[in-house]
Amino acid sequence: MRRASLPRACAAMLRRDLLLAWRRRGDLAMPVLYAVIVVVLFPFALGPDLALLQRIAGGVVLVTVLLAMLLALDAMFASDIEDGSLEQLVLAPQPLALMLGMKILAHWLATALPLIVIAPLLAGMLHLPTAAMPALVLALLLATPLLSLLGAVLVALTAGTRRSGMLLALMLLPLCVPVVIFAAGAVAAAQEGLPWFAPVAWLGAALILCVVLAPLACAAALRIALDS
Amino acid sequence: MSAAQHLLAMSGDVAAIFGMSGATAFFRMGGYAAYVWPAYAVFFAVLIADSVAPRLRRRRVLRELRTRLARAQARGQRPSSPTPSLSP
Amino acid sequence: MSSWIPLWLHKLGSPPTFYRFAGAVRPWAMGLALLAGAIGLYGGLVLAPADYQQGDAYRIIFIHVPSAWMSMFVYAVMGVSGFMALVWRMKLAEVVAMESAPIGAAFTLITLVTGSLWGKPMWGTWWTWDARLTSELVLLFLYLGVIGLYHAFEDRRQGARAASFLAIIGVINVPIVHFSVTWWNTLHQGSTVNIFGHSKMAWDMLWPLLVMTLATKAYYVASLCRRARTDLLALEGGKDWVRRIAEDEATR
Repeated sequence: MRRASLPRACAAMLRRDLLLAWRRRGDLAMPVLYAVIVVVLFPFALGPDLALLQRIAGGVVLVTVLLAMLLALDAMFASDIEDGSLEQLVLAPQPLALMLGMKILAHWLATALPLIVIAPLLAGMLHLPTAAMPALVLALLLATPLLSLLGAVLVALTAGTRRSGMLLALMLLPLCVPVVIFAAGAVAAAQEGLPWFAPVAWLGAALILCVVLAPLACAAALRIALDS
Repeated sequence: MSAAQHLLAMSGDVAAIFGMSGATAFFRMGGYAAYVWPAYAVFFAVLIADSVAPRLRRRRVLRELRTRLARAQARGQRPSSPTPSLSP
Repeated sequence: MSSWIPLWLHKLGSPPTFYRFAGAVRPWAMGLALLAGAIGLYGGLVLAPADYQQGDAYRIIFIHVPSAWMSMFVYAVMGVSGFMALVWRMKLAEVVAMESAPIGAAFTLITLVTGSLWGKPMWGTWWTWDARLTSELVLLFLYLGVIGLYHAFEDRRQGARAASFLAIIGVINVPIVHFSVTWWNTLHQGSTVNIFGHSKMAWDMLWPLLVMTLATKAYYVASLCRRARTDLLALEGGKDWVRRIAEDEATR
């Protein structure tokens, strides 16, 4: 059988994962629903004072999106480990890092994109000024793939263990502190009318670095975790 | 005298006024006793716990090993490698 | 392996040799730790004068700063031995890396708690989000993550490799966190905290600090020796040398 060319293998991997996600599209709604619930709870907890909500809006939406992604992160490799297709992928002739990159992309498209779409709505519920919305969306567009990439490395490390979600959260927290700081910093700067390009540039640079390195790290982590 | 020496001299006078000897003044830590001594207590407590835990684990590991050896000998075979155990 | 590694280092990589070596080193390291600790604490608590600005509260420094230095030193050791465990699959490197983690976590915890107890009288608050404290907190989470990941695996050698991988990722992360929190503090005009009003430390306060640093390092060596010995016993349970030790201890 002729070995598939690399672009076709990538496209096939992407299509497969997106198709699988689509078949479970009920599960896709979970992170979005969770984000909505959390954001709605904040005004009830803190009171409807406009000034207060406005101040915390950017940060709350960011953290909520991060937590929602964390919930969905566990499922990135879970079903593939169960039916053995992940081990097949490791053995396949295609470079593992590239294939995993496609899986991560599919996971981001399925989980993060819906969150980014409703983020302006959630921020609006907390009275985030419209001037800061572009900054929020851009920050999320850069921060969520970072979380997917970093999260994928950690999920790969725990592949095939008696995993608990708390362990993943514990491991992910130190890694996402800088991401949250810069993303929230961008939104806060935009809210004050200050220039917000610098933190976004940092996020962009980190994203480029992670796009290159994270799939490689993910492949290495997977090999460690599956090697017995 | 420098300000520091002045302060030290003053605190000595104050101590004398309040009739405090060296030992009491030491324990009072200039009024910060509530912070300094708990800090030292935490230091020692954590490190003592850290040194005791491996001792307990060693005893447990050797005990398990001996039971396994006894069982293997009763069956008349050599013991295989142990099942993994968790460290505290 | 490379021929520049001396034979005694090679031999040390063998579990029974290391077991004996660590057993010999441990009492000396512990003795040094206790002796240096006694001298350092006497120098710090009794001999050193009260600070001009902070009074006697500054004496927390003699346990806080050495613990902070140890929390980072132990992480470095964990990172290096973890790297050796990953690349060369050395059993002993795995043991050293995994058994260093709880000790490092202990020192990090001490740093955070004593720092908090020092901060309350000095800055009026139990906690502040400056770069140093936040980085130390993140370091604690890293340690806990490494320990948690190690225990999540059935196969301990595999767990050690996975946890070492995580530790190495963490090494890169800590400076990043420190940098980003510094930036974030300047953005929000956070309060700058200074441990010392003076720019230099008086010798009377410095020498007990240095002695305590030596004491904590010696303690780390002693604790690591004990933990590594126990871990080797657990790891090598099927081997003859372990059986002999188990039988010896039973008869004693």
